[in-house]
Amino acid sequence: MINKVLVALALLGLIILIMPIISNFQERTELSELSKKYIEGSINDLKSPNVVTSVIVTYRGLDTLGEVTVLFLATVGVGFLLQKRKKGKSKKDAPENLKTTSSFLAAMIMILGIYIFTHGHLSPGGGFQGGVIIASGFLLLLLSDINMKINHSILQAVESLSGVLYVGLGVIGLILTIGFLNSNILPLGEFGQLFSAGAIPLIYSLIGLKVGSELTNIIETMGGE
Amino acid sequence: MLYTLILGFALFLAGIFAMLTRKNMMKIILGFSIADTGIHIIIVSLGYLKDKTAPIIDSTIKISEATSSVVDPIPSALVLTAIVIGLATTALMLSFVVMMYKKKKSLSINDYQELKC
Amino acid sequence: MSTIIIIILGIIMLSAAFVTIFSKSLLAAIITSGVISLLASIVFLILGSPDVAMTEASIGSALTTVIFLFALKKLRKEKNNDK
Repeated sequence: MINKVLVALALLGLIILIMPIISNFQERTELSELSKKYIEGSINDLKSPNVVTSVIVTYRGLDTLGEVTVLFLATVGVGFLLQKRKKGKSKKDAPENLKTTSSFLAAMIMILGIYIFTHGHLSPGGGFQGGVIIASGFLLLLLSDINMKINHSILQAVESLSGVLYVGLGVIGLILTIGFLNSNILPLGEFGQLFSAGAIPLIYSLIGLKVGSELTNIIETMGGE
Repeated sequence: MLYTLILGFALFLAGIFAMLTRKNMMKIILGFSIADTGIHIIIVSLGYLKDKTAPIIDSTIKISEATSSVVDPIPSALVLTAIVIGLATTALMLSFVVMMYKKKKSLSINDYQELKC
Repeated sequence: MSTIIIIILGIIMLSAAFVTIFSKSLLAAIITSGVISLLASIVFLILGSPDVAMTEASIGSALTTVIFLFALKKLRKEKNNDK
């Protein structure tokens, strides 16, 4: 009985805190100074049409490095807590046409994922979305054939190599004294082409590969036999 | 706009209510995920300008007046990071619940009282 | 027009949240939480951010539901191992 009264008091307190925000809310009509600077800098200095991509990779690049670290810590934690015991039971094999169809579909899904993270600066998308789509291609393979073994050494090599190269690209910016993770180290091209906007496609491709292999590891640890 | 702000706050309060009153551990984690989604809706709806379009400069926006015809891009960039971190936290919490179930065979949090003095 | 869509989506999302909190079966609760994330992705698209909509649809609706279902499978296998 006392529990329910306390919970009701806590929710009432939250509602009283929220009420001023809702009643004083006015819709905005123009952008702030910082957003204008980011949009103009993305068009003139970086030459990348997707402003959200240039904010994530260049202007707020250090936050993206922190997020990649958090995802890596979560993968390590899940892999440590749910250790698999090798029992070696083999269930019934999946029917043949299911395996063939899902392999074909999984290959097409992974090509879609690679397309999304290489064109991250031209259309909506980017490294995180492309990486998640690659991981869902592996999920389809895992769901259709329960006895499939993923080669762990290739996954580990891809993940560590892309992480090291991502930090290495940042350090190159430090060596050339233009700032950590500045994307002017490669030539800026024309506005709207695939090979343009400096090092942004390269950085986003590395992030996409890293996120894809980490999420594949989490899914295989939690779901595989 | 105002309606999405109210929707976001309602989802946040529903998630907090689920975390405070449910006894099953999986329902507590589901409440956390609902509250997370509510907060993301609140942050993105603070960056919306009326009758403007998405911040991607393709052939339909003139470059010279780009700053007066797009939505604010900064809250979108913050929420993108937050969604991925929410997934990582939920995966780690679920592996903790599986380990605790292996030890004591019970999903109710009333049975885990060793830390009480 | 978009106001009407947001009000209808809001009613469906809040009733799905009600089902998630108060239902007796864990499987129904997990699937309705995936429905909430899917409708939130449409709300993000109406608010003008296609990047966030794509990320929420793939991570919140697909991967979170799959991770919950894998954890449920491990719990049931553990319960069956005792008997």
